[in-house]
Amino acid sequence: MRELSLHILDLVQNSIEAGATTVILEIMEDTRDDQLVIRISDNGRGMEPAILDQVTDPFVTTRTTRKVGLGLPLIDMSTKRCEGELTIRSVAGEGTVVEARYRHGHWDRPPLGDMVETLKSIIIANPSLDFRYSHSFNDAVFRLETVEITGILGDIPLTHPEVLEWLDGYLRSNYANLYGGVPYENS
Amino acid sequence: MKTVEDLKRMREQLQAQNRLRHSGGTEIIVGMGTCGIAAGARAVMSAVLDEIAKRKLEDVKVCQTGCIGMCEREVLLDVVRPGEPRVTYGRVTPADVAKIIAEHVVNGRIVEELVVGKIVE
Repeated sequence: MRELSLHILDLVQNSIEAGATTVILEIMEDTRDDQLVIRISDNGRGMEPAILDQVTDPFVTTRTTRKVGLGLPLIDMSTKRCEGELTIRSVAGEGTVVEARYRHGHWDRPPLGDMVETLKSIIIANPSLDFRYSHSFNDAVFRLETVEITGILGDIPLTHPEVLEWLDGYLRSNYANLYGGVPYENS
Repeated sequence: MKTVEDLKRMREQLQAQNRLRHSGGTEIIVGMGTCGIAAGARAVMSAVLDEIAKRKLEDVKVCQTGCIGMCEREVLLDVVRPGEPRVTYGRVTPADVAKIIAEHVVNGRIVEELVVGKIVE
């Protein structure tokens, strides 16, 4: 996958398939330490140690619809290319934390890509998910919690046309602010 | 610059209009497993959301699903109109979305050339 934001979408889908009701996504970009960290924590069913040891093997998957699982192996590969690493902590019955770490300025680091599209997909297609997002770029931070939005909306669905327009505009303006109001590497 | 205050104002306006429909709507489901995402599911999802906003469709529900085992036909997009069979479209591109929504979601005519399966529930 060419963008990290696509891997993020994939990881959040993993959490949802593991039965998570809360997903916390943190993106920490620090150009001073030359670090990019993506962390996804969920309260899904978690994994037993025996499975956890094998998740970056593409020929191991718990799904029954196909015999290969490429999501985590692809991220594992992309971190290793960039002097980073993928770490996964999981407790069966409690949840999983997946953390991908990259050297921010590494030649081979994929761009973060269109996070606005990724966030829209996650938020709108999973209206009952308690999704918490924070993204920092050096000292600037953008935070969003879906309970705040759904709390305001009450019984108005997220797919209402006017809500869709608002969400797109809200995410895009906050993203521009995060990078100091200038288009960043991804646009 | 859109703010949370804008959202609150919008909610009040929408509630004042009091013409929201909450049930009996059409459901659109996009395959978002690793295979779907790699094939471009996010762009298809964005096209669906843009089309809903553009056409001001107020009774469409959008969901995502994981891999269903037809990875080679991704991006898969299902349309379920109330009381009608679930129709699965395959190899959907963002350019196909406007047609599927105009023909099937709005007018109830299945776009046969993109169909890979139908399930009567």
